[in-house]
Amino acid sequence: MSPLGWDTAADLEKPPAEIPSPGEVDVPEGLRAEIEAHMANYPDRRSAALPALAAAQREHGWCSPQAIAQVAAVMRVTPAYLESVASFYDMLETEPVGRHSVYVCTNISCSLRGADALLADFQRAVDGDPEVNVRAFECLGACDIAPMASVDGVYVGPLSSQDIPALLDDVRAGRAVLPERQLARRLVADPHANSTEFPQHPAQGAAHGGANLELPTEDPATARGRREPR
Amino acid sequence: MAAADTAAPMLLFTDIDEPGLATREVYERRGGYESLRRALAMSPEDVLAQLEASGLRGRGGAGFAMGKKVSFLPKGAMDKYLVCNADESEPGTFKDRELMQKSPHMLVEGIVIASYAAGATRSFIYIRGEYVLQADALDAALAEAREAGYVGDDILGSGHSLTLVVHRGAGAYICGEETGLLDSLEGKRGNPRLKPPFPANQGLYQGPTLINNVETLATVPAIIRMGGEEYAKLGVETSTGTKLVSVSGHVQRPGNYEIELGIPSREIVYGLAGGPPEGRGVKCWFPGGSSSPVLTADDLDLPYDFDTLAKAGSMLGSGAIIVVDDATPILDVAMKTAKFYRHESCGKCTPCREGTNWTVKMLERIDAGEATPMDLEIMASVQEHIIGNCLCVLGDAMAMPIGSMIAKFKDELEAHMERARLRRGSGDRIASDSALAAQGALANDPRTMLGATGAGDQAPGAHEGAPGTHRGGA
Repeated sequence: MSPLGWDTAADLEKPPAEIPSPGEVDVPEGLRAEIEAHMANYPDRRSAALPALAAAQREHGWCSPQAIAQVAAVMRVTPAYLESVASFYDMLETEPVGRHSVYVCTNISCSLRGADALLADFQRAVDGDPEVNVRAFECLGACDIAPMASVDGVYVGPLSSQDIPALLDDVRAGRAVLPERQLARRLVADPHANSTEFPQHPAQGAAHGGANLELPTEDPATARGRREPR
Repeated sequence: MAAADTAAPMLLFTDIDEPGLATREVYERRGGYESLRRALAMSPEDVLAQLEASGLRGRGGAGFAMGKKVSFLPKGAMDKYLVCNADESEPGTFKDRELMQKSPHMLVEGIVIASYAAGATRSFIYIRGEYVLQADALDAALAEAREAGYVGDDILGSGHSLTLVVHRGAGAYICGEETGLLDSLEGKRGNPRLKPPFPANQGLYQGPTLINNVETLATVPAIIRMGGEEYAKLGVETSTGTKLVSVSGHVQRPGNYEIELGIPSREIVYGLAGGPPEGRGVKCWFPGGSSSPVLTADDLDLPYDFDTLAKAGSMLGSGAIIVVDDATPILDVAMKTAKFYRHESCGKCTPCREGTNWTVKMLERIDAGEATPMDLEIMASVQEHIIGNCLCVLGDAMAMPIGSMIAKFKDELEAHMERARLRRGSGDRIASDSALAAQGALANDPRTMLGATGAGDQAPGAHEGAPGTHRGGA
């Protein structure tokens, strides 16, 4: 997934692409209107690069050369400029990916609660389904519901590996994902709605065996494979 | 230590869960936009004086006095900008998310008042792209505010005009750095700029720009309502007011809490968040997001305010407390931290780009049993060479916590190194813990440390932390 010129040779002989002429590029009407509306928001039209690329990505599934050309034609900038932008940001895809995105947060707070195992289980469960793009993501800003994932932009958590099949079913069927776990429904004043797996019932934790201080949320499968807990 | 002791005055989280608080109707019923009316009846200088009197310090990380920052903007008629930094990406931080989702009008009101004080006529909220729900809430609130005449031309007949646009980012930690944010808002890659010139003089589109965090701006209506001096009575002398803290990691009740600055940290970690689960203690905690040097359990009695934490060698940062319990290997925490910054380094400055990469490689070497004790010293020196040598503080933000972990957990890291070396040296890489224990290698250790690291890291070249690469299989 390295950019051209990194592991694979760039074609230095090729003349650089110029700003596409509006007549040459077919731009879907809705997309054009959206990009133009974004451009009108800023004193400098280039400020619309991010929202415009995001809109094109929604249309095409990723920032394909065609998508970039369409944005370039409307914004009157070179495709190279837009590619430089698209390749910088994690949410803009420069390779074809599945229509559905599952960003699993694997940063510190989530990984302390077993996010790495969750991600591994997600990847196993998806098993090459081209429609679902499961990837690790840096802190998504929802450590209160760790471990969590952003599924097509909707935050759900706390998740455990048992939730994966139901979650993927919801995604593939186009339903709301695990509605009762969505961040949108959570109350600030109810911290018990947050990450729960962590010994919320200390008595139960003790019943698991005092000597074994293994956290219930921590990744039994991959991380501590040799132990075979449970 | 009971939670009841910490009944802080609520300014930002008052009735935060009230249904419909995100709508103008409910917000106004609760006294919303009254502060705006009051501020517009005052002169901009008086509003600024209130902000300065409040002693409010920036809530985004640096803790710079907000009133002073406003006063740095040049006077006179020119295009001035106000940018609200809502790119909340500091690991462990999720306070702004809550505010924007549940009380977006409070932020809009704060922005309009601050723009009046600063003389800014164009404003932007740069929100991280991942916050879809929150950006939608802001867009909806903004439409209502425009309709009611709180945003737009000649606001409430005051002569002050303001445009406000919600700008969605696309996933880059560096865009939370103020000049990286400005470049990103201008439609470029989010590379930080050389300072000076500071944004107050040359910021967005080369114009004078005021950049403030969401929580800072959302506090402004409360300051106008109470009066700056009254607000300054909350908290402690150099850290006034209330603060939202996001507590996460190994605590029983993770979440956002509003506290009065200066309360003992223990009351937050144990009193509010419930502390680590039964039978566990605190190994270390990040007091202000993953960029802050870690503190240990001994530091839990420190008052939670800007200056005390700075004196203790750390910082209050964004107010994100991440608690790590005593069963977690410090190497795992260091590895996660370092990999994050490696991934997020924009690559502009060499010390940061290379330093973050080398730190990860050296940590992996320790974990793989290929390191020697000298490597810890080298790693510490790598951190020292990052600090202060880059355009922005992203590199420092890795170097400071990693440096603090090396300093405070040297023995543990050396033990980890030694155990990994023995495991590797034993000929095969699947030596069991019990075999090692028989050799006495695990003598000082409560449990094995060769645990979860790095599986599924997204950065290029990341090692897969799956069993069988360099650590034990079944």
